[in-house]
Amino acid sequence: MPTAEEIKQRIEAAIPGARAEVEDYTGGGDHFRARVIAAAFTGRSRIEQHRLVYEVFGAEIGGPIHALSLRTETPAESASPTTASPREAVHPTYAASEEDAEPAASAQQTPSR
Amino acid sequence: MSSTESNPIRDAIAEAISEHEIILFMKGTPEAPACGFSARTVAALQASGAPFAAVDVLPDARIRQELSALSNWPTIPQLFVKGELVGGCDIVTEMYETGELSQVLGVSAEATPAEEPLESPQPAGQGLSIENRLG
Repeated sequence: MPTAEEIKQRIEAAIPGARAEVEDYTGGGDHFRARVIAAAFTGRSRIEQHRLVYEVFGAEIGGPIHALSLRTETPAESASPTTASPREAVHPTYAASEEDAEPAASAQQTPSR
Repeated sequence: MSSTESNPIRDAIAEAISEHEIILFMKGTPEAPACGFSARTVAALQASGAPFAAVDVLPDARIRQELSALSNWPTIPQLFVKGELVGGCDIVTEMYETGELSQVLGVSAEATPAEEPLESPQPAGQGLSIENRLG
């Protein structure tokens, strides 16, 4: 079961120059929230930025890591106050719960990448 | 798309994505989301006021597998607009907060208060039609 610190280190090791802040927001070792700042994000769409981070973990997303909520920023964005918008504007009707972002089930194969 | 063998579930998913300008693959339904991330994404979409189709991935684990294989995106929910993956909960929520979501969805920002709750009769049907094609 990974810790927030391990997740942080793996992101920072895999994406050159990345800085990550990772929080285990349930304390259960499987739901994480990460803010990642990396020059590698520059010029990439948000989808591509998130994919870069997801790719660090491959099939672990949905396995040991049930949820990895991401906020990605380029160094320029992280320096700009306008992008630091509040995160909680849309409230879920209930709190995120077990197995939230679990993908391709435990069935036969991992989501192909 | 990387697979050459016939794959009816993936075909059905691809067809649903191409047939619906705005389509959300989620856990549960817009009326009864089965996960907090799906609930949050539905809330952002509903607040933006754009009608959307929704597919519940829970009835068959293969839907999720094939969707992730098709989209190269590991988690649920996934929002597609005009055939393109826009993102999951984090991205959609962020875009809602910045006002980008309305633009992407093609609804004028703020102009369409989402006072009509989208009870989404046709969205639910779309989910079923995918399910029905599983044979």
